[in-house]
Amino acid sequence: MPRLLCVILALVCALLAAPARSAPADAGEALALIASGRFPDIEKGVDLLARSGNTHAQAIIEALRDGRLAVAADRRVLIQQDGGRWSDAATGDALAEAPAAPKTVRINNRIRRAVEAAVGALTLMAPDAEARRQAAEAVFRSRDAAALSALDEAIAREEVPYIKRLMGEARAAILLGDAGASDLQKLEAIDILAARADQDALALLRAATQGSPVVSAAAEAAVASVEQRLALLSMLQNVWYGLSLGSVLLLAAIGLAITFGVMGIINMAHGEMVMIGAYTTFVIQEFVRSHAPGLFDWTLPVAIPMAFLVAALVGAAIERGIIRHLYGRPLETLLATWGVSLILQQAVRSIFGPTNREVGAPSYMAGSFDLGGLAITYGRLWIVLFSLAVFAALMVALKATSFGLRIRAVTQNRRMAASMGIRTPWVDTMAFALGSGIAGMAGVALSQIDNVSPNLGQSYIVDSFMVVVFGGVGNLWGTLVSALTLGIANKFLEPFAGAVLGKILLLVFLILFIQKRPRGLFALKGRAVEA
Amino acid sequence: MTRRPLILALLDGKGAVFLGVLASLAVLVPVSNLLLPEASPLHVPTYAVSLLGKYLSYALLALALDLVWGYCGILSLGHGAFFALGGYAMGMYLMRQIGPRGVYGHPVLPDFMVFLNWQELPWYWHGFDMFPFAALMVLAVPGLLAFVFGWFAFRSRVTGVYLSIITQAMTFALMLAFFRNDMGLGGNNGLTDFKDILGFPVQAQATRVALFVATVTALALGYLVARYMVTSTYGKVLVAIRDAESRARFLGYRVEHYKLVAFTVSAMMAGVAGALYVPQVGIINPSEFSPANSIEAVVWVAVGGRGTLVGAALGAVVVNTAKSWLTGALPELWLFALGALFIIVTLYLPKGIVGTLAEWRDKRRATVSAKPAEVAAGAAE
Repeated sequence: MPRLLCVILALVCALLAAPARSAPADAGEALALIASGRFPDIEKGVDLLARSGNTHAQAIIEALRDGRLAVAADRRVLIQQDGGRWSDAATGDALAEAPAAPKTVRINNRIRRAVEAAVGALTLMAPDAEARRQAAEAVFRSRDAAALSALDEAIAREEVPYIKRLMGEARAAILLGDAGASDLQKLEAIDILAARADQDALALLRAATQGSPVVSAAAEAAVASVEQRLALLSMLQNVWYGLSLGSVLLLAAIGLAITFGVMGIINMAHGEMVMIGAYTTFVIQEFVRSHAPGLFDWTLPVAIPMAFLVAALVGAAIERGIIRHLYGRPLETLLATWGVSLILQQAVRSIFGPTNREVGAPSYMAGSFDLGGLAITYGRLWIVLFSLAVFAALMVALKATSFGLRIRAVTQNRRMAASMGIRTPWVDTMAFALGSGIAGMAGVALSQIDNVSPNLGQSYIVDSFMVVVFGGVGNLWGTLVSALTLGIANKFLEPFAGAVLGKILLLVFLILFIQKRPRGLFALKGRAVEA
Repeated sequence: MTRRPLILALLDGKGAVFLGVLASLAVLVPVSNLLLPEASPLHVPTYAVSLLGKYLSYALLALALDLVWGYCGILSLGHGAFFALGGYAMGMYLMRQIGPRGVYGHPVLPDFMVFLNWQELPWYWHGFDMFPFAALMVLAVPGLLAFVFGWFAFRSRVTGVYLSIITQAMTFALMLAFFRNDMGLGGNNGLTDFKDILGFPVQAQATRVALFVATVTALALGYLVARYMVTSTYGKVLVAIRDAESRARFLGYRVEHYKLVAFTVSAMMAGVAGALYVPQVGIINPSEFSPANSIEAVVWVAVGGRGTLVGAALGAVVVNTAKSWLTGALPELWLFALGALFIIVTLYLPKGIVGTLAEWRDKRRATVSAKPAEVAAGAAE
């Protein structure tokens, strides 16, 4: 009596595994129907199994869908597991030896639909919340009327409000497309979908505008409200992208705001400081990868101060070696630093090769989360926060430390500062190193979103100068406002003009803007201007 | 000081030597290339003629840049844009000359337009089948851009570094624009595959020699125009503006107008240089607009000596010869060398080759002719 044993075993298992489920139906009967090999019987069997509440039901039905369900010579139903091993469908026990000549249970399209509905219904009631959520989403997409009864049952049982809402939306989606549903049901469905307010809901509602007059009027109103909401959402998304781009610009420009804005040095090698920061990150990551792969997440926190140090040292060397001799000759400084930038680029190219280098993203930089319909990636969020933190730190350094006081004193009145005993050449070097170091830190952030190649700096140099000039030379707040403004403006121009044309338009606008206000958005007032 | 006759004013020592060298190049190179047998040690191969022609068109660009930078203090980091615009005007003429001989054999449309499925010629391509019109555009397009740009910039007193940065932004924006296929100027690939110029095949030896002679002539004319401008009263005002802009303005000179004239003329000269460059190298593409090219032109002027005109041309030829040699022999080293050149010239040779030589000569003369007046010479320094 192996069959009876099977059934009893299955019953026991089901009772043990799912004591909450009421009256589990007879899985043995369902399996017998599936084993019969006749399509209508198999369909009935699937339906029976789905409603049985049997713990193995899902595994059996999925096996049937994937063609891994077979009937052995002794009429036992078997599941082929990964790697060719077999298990008994009714008990879930693995078989010790391969059965003789198992016959795969074949299905047709009709059964496949029943199977899909059954899988959906089963997972709608799965103990795992994430599985239930996915099932609800799947039903929303498929809008299969067959799932309606299972969905109703699932909604009644569901306790997590979020998933319950999703299920309700799936139900609404089904009803809206169901010719048999009453107008009242459809109106209710329209309300639910209007509250969902995304592209999927919009498509469903648009389709519903073809229905009866009452329904179509409600659907049209709902379409209008959803469209409005979506427009708002896309605007917010653009603002976010713009902020994100703006924070990148801010990072690239903020060091320049010190060297060019405050000290008045045209440093064309500024972009190369950013590049050096990015390559420092690369070197640190390579070192950690080969020596302590477990600490990979720590590479960025380590890279930030390291990049600052390396770039600051290079900056100090440039200032001591070259720029110091050229104070008061801005155009010559421009040319000499351009030469420095060529040398640094070629040096990096010779050491690391001309191709892009791979800088990995630690775990906390990957992924995204949803904020009221806005998809926000962690990487971008960190960069926005980082740039603001750098900006704040720089403000504090300039306004609240004695070093900052000296920098401001020297830039405002060099001779007076020297008379007061400040070592002005030393302050120049330190300030230049500070600006370069900040550019190096920007390189750490940019290595996460841009290609790390010897040309990395070149792509930011024109933008950085534009940001500083637009914001007003010598004004850090101006730099902040101008970077964010330019970032957002760029993102809003893109949909209308395309990425390249948008950038060109922005450059033309900036060129015209400088004509109008040669000293930038927030110009310094007073005697310092003419100096 | 009494005014010398014009011809003498134009031909001071350096200028006479310069024009003499150009004249002998214009005669000797064609003779050597066309008449001497190839085996002769004095034979100049055709590729070298084109190479030299390329250097001399760069020299014209450097001359144009020196006119605004050396004499007016406008450091333009966007002169490559004027050069490239002139080149594109010439390239459009050369494209139209291809006619039905393109790969797709379309009677009017250039290959890239057929490739992009364009049905008819964009409006701005009309007229470029006629050489006089194209030649006019070579002058007019860069000139107009410089005029409009300069009119805005100088009127609102954008000077010094700010001007440099916005000229750089200008050429950067143009580069992005020309990279677009929608621009109708060949996009990424630019214009190339030229066949004829004025009915003569571009690749032929005689045409190449003729283009070389044309370049030498243009350089000589460009020098004379620039020299005339800087030796005239106008030029003196220009130098005054360079040295003390506010003072010149307070003395009643319309500084903007002076600058605008110099900037526009200089842009036109750069355009001519570009137009001569294109048929000799056989291609023009948007990378000519890249800010790095314009800045490289600045270093030619700095190496040769800014504010000397002759030095600018000399610097262009010297630096480019070194570039051709180094990029062939030690390609890794070229950027190091160029970078070092920028630094060394600005730090140790602020007057460039010609300026430094002139300084030495003056010093020698001063010590030889006026030994007792050494104190005065020292004070003059």
